[in-house]
Amino acid sequence: MATQVVMEALSPTMEEGRLVEWKKQEGEQVAAGDVLAEVETDKAVMELVARVSGVLLRQTVKAGQTVPVSTPVAVIGAPGEAVAAGNGAGAEGAKRAAGAAPAESAAGTPDRSQAPAAPPGPPPAARTSATPAPKAATAPPSPALSPSPAPTSAPGARVKASPLARRIAAEKGLDLHGVQGSGPEGRVVLRDLERAAPVPPPSAPAPRAAPLPGALQTATEPSRPAPAPSPIVPAGAAYADVPLTQLRKTIARRLVQSIGPIPTFYLTSEADMERVAEAREAMLDADRPTSGLGSEVKVSFNDILIKAVATALRQHPACNAWWQDDHIRYWADVHIGMAVAVEEGLITPVIRHADRKTLREIAAEARDLAARARARRLAAEDYTGATFSISNLGMLDIEEFTAVINPPEAAILAVGRIGPKPVEHDGQVALRRRMRLTMSCDHRVIDGATGARFLQTLTGMLENPLAMVW
Amino acid sequence: MANNFDVIIVGGGPAGYVSAIRAAQLGLATAVVERDKMGGVCVNIGCIPAKALLHSAWLANVIRHDAKELGLNTGELTTDYGVAMRRSRKVSEQNSKGVEFLMKKHKITVIRGTAKLLSGKRVQVGNDVYTAAKGVVLATGTRVKGLPQIGLELDKTSVISSDEALFLEKAPPSLAIVGAGAVGCEFADVFNAFGTKVTLIEVLPRILPLEDAEASDALTKSFKKRGIVVMAGAKVLKATVAEGGVTLEVEVGGKTEKVEVEKVLMAAGRAMNTEDLGLAEAGVKLDNRGFIQVNPATLETTAHGVYAIGDVAGPPMLAHKGSREGTHVAELLAGHPPRPIDYTNVPSVTYCHPEVASVGLTEEQAKAKGIQFQVGRFPFSANGRARTSNETEGFVKIIRETKFGEIVGAHIVGSHASEMIHELVVARTNEYTVEEVDLAIHAHPTLSEATAEAALDSMGRVLHI
Repeated sequence: MATQVVMEALSPTMEEGRLVEWKKQEGEQVAAGDVLAEVETDKAVMELVARVSGVLLRQTVKAGQTVPVSTPVAVIGAPGEAVAAGNGAGAEGAKRAAGAAPAESAAGTPDRSQAPAAPPGPPPAARTSATPAPKAATAPPSPALSPSPAPTSAPGARVKASPLARRIAAEKGLDLHGVQGSGPEGRVVLRDLERAAPVPPPSAPAPRAAPLPGALQTATEPSRPAPAPSPIVPAGAAYADVPLTQLRKTIARRLVQSIGPIPTFYLTSEADMERVAEAREAMLDADRPTSGLGSEVKVSFNDILIKAVATALRQHPACNAWWQDDHIRYWADVHIGMAVAVEEGLITPVIRHADRKTLREIAAEARDLAARARARRLAAEDYTGATFSISNLGMLDIEEFTAVINPPEAAILAVGRIGPKPVEHDGQVALRRRMRLTMSCDHRVIDGATGARFLQTLTGMLENPLAMVW
Repeated sequence: MANNFDVIIVGGGPAGYVSAIRAAQLGLATAVVERDKMGGVCVNIGCIPAKALLHSAWLANVIRHDAKELGLNTGELTTDYGVAMRRSRKVSEQNSKGVEFLMKKHKITVIRGTAKLLSGKRVQVGNDVYTAAKGVVLATGTRVKGLPQIGLELDKTSVISSDEALFLEKAPPSLAIVGAGAVGCEFADVFNAFGTKVTLIEVLPRILPLEDAEASDALTKSFKKRGIVVMAGAKVLKATVAEGGVTLEVEVGGKTEKVEVEKVLMAAGRAMNTEDLGLAEAGVKLDNRGFIQVNPATLETTAHGVYAIGDVAGPPMLAHKGSREGTHVAELLAGHPPRPIDYTNVPSVTYCHPEVASVGLTEEQAKAKGIQFQVGRFPFSANGRARTSNETEGFVKIIRETKFGEIVGAHIVGSHASEMIHELVVARTNEYTVEEVDLAIHAHPTLSEATAEAALDSMGRVLHI
């Protein structure tokens, strides 16, 4: 008789596992003790081992899919033995597996009290198909029960979608994973496509070393894998939604428990502003009516800062992101929110595509947005959609401060005053104009090193403003 | 007998009785009020008997035109409409009894009589008042109508409707059919086969005006070949009913022509069965065309807990559309939210010969919508199976959206179009593109290969032309 292989609890706290790679393919002979697959747990990548010998008749979970502990992932049996139709992981199969798994598991009985999230049942994809969409819509699964919304497909899993929806999604670069289908058995149909996000980069779910681009980037440890994925938003897409790795999920859960709904940490750096000041003076000079290059708008330090931040974010897309509870949205475009004090509080109008605008354009736009903000004349689209924000209290002589993150953005930069300070310069103590920058980071999205590298690029740009146009 | 139900359905036609079965399946105590025979117009004086007569007509044409070539010597064919009619009655009765059996099987109470809607989800039949806990469903349907304003009041002898045509003992020597929609074209086909001189009059520029122009043209050609006089873009100005005949003055192509016939069959439009139902008093409003006004998602009328399905709830007035609305409302009332009804995907079929079937947009409509499309066509004359059965009239036409291959519309003219269209209905319902239609392996030799070829043709890859 065929034996179900289930996702085992490979660590005491494991509630679900992501099947990283199948080591045995369908039809292959397996002996008890053979490694069937690699599974990523909340802690590490571990091996799922065959408990019986036979032929791997069927893999019921695809590589890349995340399933709760005790979910059947494969069937081992005699050659040619019939496997139940479908994906072999129907409700009955799951029950059988739940009964068999603890006894067969050498890694210890899965602790059910630890795993209320993983009742014996079909894997997410199968559960989706067994749940009538209207019901799922009226009674969404509690977030506590499932780390990712149950009615949607796990990344890497097969998506139920109509051929037409598939084709249009492929053309438009939309990712159908995570889209709740409104067709029969949760099938994604044409009308669901507007809720689809662009396809994430192929390698995004796997942690890998972040490339360290940019001339100003000083060498760190390129061989050390960066803890956060380095997203590449595909060309033409507005953003990429990257599913959370087990590690990312664990970090998020732990940090939220520790510090509050947005686990924030702060990074402070100081930039030498002499060359920005020189550059600004040169620009103001050029803009004098007599220069022939004239412009009505004076470029402020803040405008230069916006440009520098936007340009630095281009090199550090990991900081240009939104926390979206079950995934992180990495934006392709850079939209900078700038906090403006108004009579009754503050508002953060947005300079869109700040990385692509000239300083003069930014200056003009910032002026206009600030004026309209104070006149309370901003339209909704003027103050929504920022991917990163800046709060500048330098003009009020604040040396340094920490700003509060504006969710779902993952970071905000607090900017202090520019003032002369005695610092080491060319081997001597000199008075230099300096500026303090403090970045508040949502630790669920940005890790210490990630934020630090961004800040390093930013200060580098401010200290060598030509880098902004390189 | 208890007078309390969960659901009371008024009307036992294809919308009402199907709704009742679904409601009963879902555990609701269900009653159907019917004043005539179960099965409604469709089963008793519509779809079913008409198709029975069309079968006789088809066989008559085969014997007349093909028998000799097929090696069958039948001698001169004589026809007897009365015999065909009585057979069609038998078929209707069997179907009506079948519906009654289904009511019993599902323990649905059939209340005989004419219903009147009262407030508070109550229905009066005779002196009894019945109460529905969950909802009252109006499925009262439509009936034939005449055009009294031009002298064509239904008198049931000279000016008749399908109601009488289905019970004639003899085919009339000559017949004018006013209205060339599905009903008009089907009766033209039947009476032509039974030896009647048929004149088919349509006010719009072509017969089957809702179908694709190519389909209309193909049918016109076929009708004319069989001696049916087709007058499209023709307006009946005046009708004079005299002893033994009717004279129609018809304006066509700027001229006025006289058409003298023994009988006129009215097949232009239907009247809503909404009178004397107590609708206004119960708060059920009609729209400006006379249909019961409904919320398109729930089919609830303007009165809370009162629903309308089938013909009275609006076009298209097709039995299968009514049946789907019936199951939809039943599921809603039983607390099983159904999937929305896709009204863009209701197939339309005319059962004359050749049959005409379609789903989705016509080429004209696709153009009007600004859709970029490619048309794929495959004629049955190039299809092996069609040749074997001498049924080479017609074609399959698929309108394919250029970029993604979506099947925007599909039109089939041919002897089995009514059956063949469902491949494309399934395709559209599941959002298959022409490529999936081609990917499906079609058995050889079949008429359905023409569908696959039309799909290929829309991609410029047709194999057999």
